[in-house]
Amino acid sequence: MFGHLAHLKKYFVRYKKKLSLGVLFILLSNLCTVYIPLLIKDSINSLTSNFSFPLLVNHALLIVGTTLVAGVFSFLIRQTIIVVSREIEFDLRKDFWEHIQKLPLRFFQNNSTGNIMSHATNDINSVRSFVGPAVMYSIDNGVLFFMIIPIMISLSPLLTLYALLPLPFLSILIYLVMKKVHVRYTRIQEKFSDLTTSAQENFSGIRVIKSYVREEYEIDQFTKESDEYLKRKMHLVKLQAMFQPIFFMLAGLSSIIVILFGGNMVMDGKLSVGTIFAFVFYLSLLIWPMISFGFVANIIQQADASMKRLLKIFNEPYEVSDNGETDSAVQSLEGTIEFKNVTFRYSENFPVVLDNISFKIEKGKTVAFIGYTGVGKTSLIDLIPRLYDVTSGEVLIDGINVKNIPLDVLRTNVGLVPQETFLFSDTLTNNILYGTENGLQETVEKVSDIAQLSKDVKDFPNGYETILGERGITLSGGQKQRSTLARALAIDPKILILDDSFSAVDTHTEEEILKRLKEFMAKRTSIIISHRISTVKDSDKIFVLDKGKIAELGTHEELVALGGIYADLHYRQLLEEELSEMS
Amino acid sequence: MAEEQKDDEILGKAYDSKLMRRLLKYVQPYKKYVLLAISLNILVAALGPLRPYLGKIAFDDYIAAKNYHGLLLIAGALLGSLIFQAIVQYFLTYYTELMGQKIIFDLRVQIFSHIQKLALKYFDKTPIGRTVTRVTNDVDALNDMFSSGIVAVFSDVFVIIWIFIFMFSMSWDLALVTLSVIPFLFYATFLFRKKVREAYRDVRFHLARLNTYMQEHVTGMNIVQIFAKEKSELKKFSSINWNHRTANVKSVFYYAVFFPFVEFLSSITVALIIWYGGGKVIQEHLTIGILFAFLQYTEMFWRPVRDLSEKYNILQTAMASSERIFKLLDNKTFINDPEVPVQPENVKGAIEFNNVWFAYNPGEHVLKNVSFKINPGETVAIVGATGAGKTSLINILTRFYDIEKGSITLDGTDIREIRKHELRKYISLVLQDVFLFSGTIKSNISLGSDKITGDQIVEAAKTVGAHRFISQLPNGYDEEVKEKGATLSVGQKQLISFARALAYNPQILILDEATSSIDTESEQLIQNAIEKLLVGRTSIVIAHRLSTIQNADKILVMHKGELKESGTHQELLIKKGIYYRLYQLQYKDQEIVKTV
Repeated sequence: MFGHLAHLKKYFVRYKKKLSLGVLFILLSNLCTVYIPLLIKDSINSLTSNFSFPLLVNHALLIVGTTLVAGVFSFLIRQTIIVVSREIEFDLRKDFWEHIQKLPLRFFQNNSTGNIMSHATNDINSVRSFVGPAVMYSIDNGVLFFMIIPIMISLSPLLTLYALLPLPFLSILIYLVMKKVHVRYTRIQEKFSDLTTSAQENFSGIRVIKSYVREEYEIDQFTKESDEYLKRKMHLVKLQAMFQPIFFMLAGLSSIIVILFGGNMVMDGKLSVGTIFAFVFYLSLLIWPMISFGFVANIIQQADASMKRLLKIFNEPYEVSDNGETDSAVQSLEGTIEFKNVTFRYSENFPVVLDNISFKIEKGKTVAFIGYTGVGKTSLIDLIPRLYDVTSGEVLIDGINVKNIPLDVLRTNVGLVPQETFLFSDTLTNNILYGTENGLQETVEKVSDIAQLSKDVKDFPNGYETILGERGITLSGGQKQRSTLARALAIDPKILILDDSFSAVDTHTEEEILKRLKEFMAKRTSIIISHRISTVKDSDKIFVLDKGKIAELGTHEELVALGGIYADLHYRQLLEEELSEMS
Repeated sequence: MAEEQKDDEILGKAYDSKLMRRLLKYVQPYKKYVLLAISLNILVAALGPLRPYLGKIAFDDYIAAKNYHGLLLIAGALLGSLIFQAIVQYFLTYYTELMGQKIIFDLRVQIFSHIQKLALKYFDKTPIGRTVTRVTNDVDALNDMFSSGIVAVFSDVFVIIWIFIFMFSMSWDLALVTLSVIPFLFYATFLFRKKVREAYRDVRFHLARLNTYMQEHVTGMNIVQIFAKEKSELKKFSSINWNHRTANVKSVFYYAVFFPFVEFLSSITVALIIWYGGGKVIQEHLTIGILFAFLQYTEMFWRPVRDLSEKYNILQTAMASSERIFKLLDNKTFINDPEVPVQPENVKGAIEFNNVWFAYNPGEHVLKNVSFKINPGETVAIVGATGAGKTSLINILTRFYDIEKGSITLDGTDIREIRKHELRKYISLVLQDVFLFSGTIKSNISLGSDKITGDQIVEAAKTVGAHRFISQLPNGYDEEVKEKGATLSVGQKQLISFARALAYNPQILILDEATSSIDTESEQLIQNAIEKLLVGRTSIVIAHRLSTIQNADKILVMHKGELKESGTHQELLIKKGIYYRLYQLQYKDQEIVKTV
């Protein structure tokens, strides 16, 4: 039933020493705990027979001393078992993160950040509750149970039998209630999910609601949903409210039995009064295991569901990683890129994005890819640093299939400036030097010059040490793009890929950047993707993509003369420029 | 944005009296429940401590006197009190839970209604998921506090009071001796709370760091991978993760000390009862039954203390959630209605923009000094490049946003003098992206309005040409719309939204034409539908179709937030200005398609 939690075994094994100690401490602590009612029994009996005051003092001190020892062990239990649960939480989260980092881009596109976060926080947390409290209470209570019963039997088998008589009835009752609770709980969950969906829908469609003045109606609908939720919840409460009374009934019933039957036995001279005291104490010790049973069962159930979700992520394949085919001898790259019959689709049921494309880019050249939105330009360049792998065909760098190049060698040699700018909330320097091992301030300044960032930095409160993002300053779109360009340049890449990286940069600055880039990129391979003709027109070669294929190929002049897609784009851009210059 | 984002990181103070007072206001309507719960509590609280007292009687009066019958009677009394307590306890739990749920319900509906009133500005800035969390999870997190939390505190207090009463009535000196440990307990609890609060703050700090790190790096995972920084990021992550672990381990320490210490204190009371009470029994000042009762009271007395940490957690969660909820409720981004609204009568649909200035963010004007007039029944096409201000025009006409300067009038009345719900009744808005709700086709056309009859729905669908495909669906108009209409084609969804607009039979129609291309067959259907839609009412269309533009009475050309040209298609083409170029860029291709 709780099979998913079995996967935690390797973590438990890792801490088996500490855990075994914990179990030992549980034994020792309980050994002390069960001794106390016996002390009370003897004390009380001394009051009815030999009236020994020294024995009373002696026992009183023993009770305090024994509890102290039990307390020390109970302290050690938490210091071992609960601490181990924190260690395992740490390990689990670390493994989770290590795994996540290796997952392909696809995973992050299919799973929202919030979703991934909830695995890393909520699910790991609920698994930890199992590893810590649930394990501790289960063992503790189990041990207590099996220690107390024999003692009770040794004191009076008959009274033990009577006292524990309500137990089986209770178990059956709880089992029956629990079964129903589960059904009702599921119904609540369903309604809660309905509630979430309708809120989600309402807020997404708020424009429609407002424009058709449907607010009141929507509030009515939502009120009805909430009311249904309330009703279902109360349906469960009707059952749940029984739990506590049932437990107290059990405890109380057993005590009454002990007083009644035990009292009769005392009157018959078959039992000492002290034994009744001891029994009442043992019963109160036993009631906690019973109560915590439900609590623990609940934790385990939740932890199992969480573990199931976590395992789903742990079982996500890496898709892109080093393997037996990897040629570890490859330690540097020159920069000749070749696509051989490359076909690519995002997954089986998706349409073909790149259809049997072949081309070669000699090292040191600058080439551009252009085309209408959605023709697969980004997909094409994502194949070079293996953000995705080809569906068929091969991508070669220096004649070696990228799949055989060690992943870190490949990626540290390819400087990709992605379309969506992302910077960490850290200093500008740290952002620029992100990809480097031990970056120098000189590098920062050099690449910032090329990216035309230096002039902006002068106005930042702390220059290059200014923190970006929420805790610092907010950069403009253009500044962000130029920073990400600087970051890619800082790793001194053999291949530089710019994916529409100047869209928010004005044309004048763009020209300046391109001029400086030319110098920097003299011996490297550059690939530029852009919508703007101005960005690509000086490239050595321009590829026009359309419908998954290379539709046109040539220099700017050749392509304009061709009168195809490129010429159309060129014409449109002239019009747009004219438009934007009109006022 | 930055401030909003931190919302989710609010982990809450353990206790905030201001928040608490505000939360308790929601209990106000349920005073009766609270009174009932408290009176039941007083009753139930007495029953627990009564049993050890009955136990005392059993020992002293019957067992000692060998009175079998009396013992049976006492056992009966004990059983009776137990059953009675169980029943009362059941109803108590039920009613407090019911009260909690009702409060939660009120709060949920209040939040939802509040959100409905918020202006679009709020929705522009806040991710939907965050708003959803406020009405769902955050509200639910308060449940424990309202149902078990508040009442449990009362019940603990009453139980303790009853224990005191019984103890002192049996033996005041033993009671004093037994309770002498209490000051130590208070001091220990005080120290513990202080330490735990510090430790908790530390945990919270590291948890927030951990979450921030993960959030940021999951979002920017492609950067981590592109630069092959997995190893060094793992190192960074591990150090943050380690600090989080260490902070937690530290707080474990305090719990590990506190709980055994409470046990230890409790054992001292047991020892005191044995030593002092036992001594008194020997001197025959006390009876064994009293010892029995006192020992039981000790057990009862320490239970509330043991539950301390659980209550602390409940409180903490409630505080964090309520802080987020109240922050939303305090958000008053509204578009206000006039105090003395004008009630328009017999609306004809004449619209006039007089020198309108508008900005989403202060200082960044998206509409500059725009003036134009639309006569009743006219169709006006608005054209312009992306960002020219076309959508802003319709946003301010429907009062989704208010303008900065100038005025917009409807039949000569400033729209700010009309209640916004009234104003919107005259306008139907068809958006570019069709939004379908879950429900049926029918309910998506009527949007649940009971003023629109089934016949009117069918009529509207027939007019726009949607009837044919709807009637072919297995359940016709009662067909469920699943997953925002995933099973319908783009064209079908558009036709439904047209039918919706038509069913409301507005004086003014605003249509933001979809740019997405669809197959020629549906294209023809949609063109026909649009023509029908525009007949006999004032219409404003953000046009992407050449046919729509050509059929318009007037074309307004927006450029960089200003109205630059206006006139008919032919007039504007001859001008060779902005429209001419827009035509070349956007519409000319459609002409070619048409001739083909």
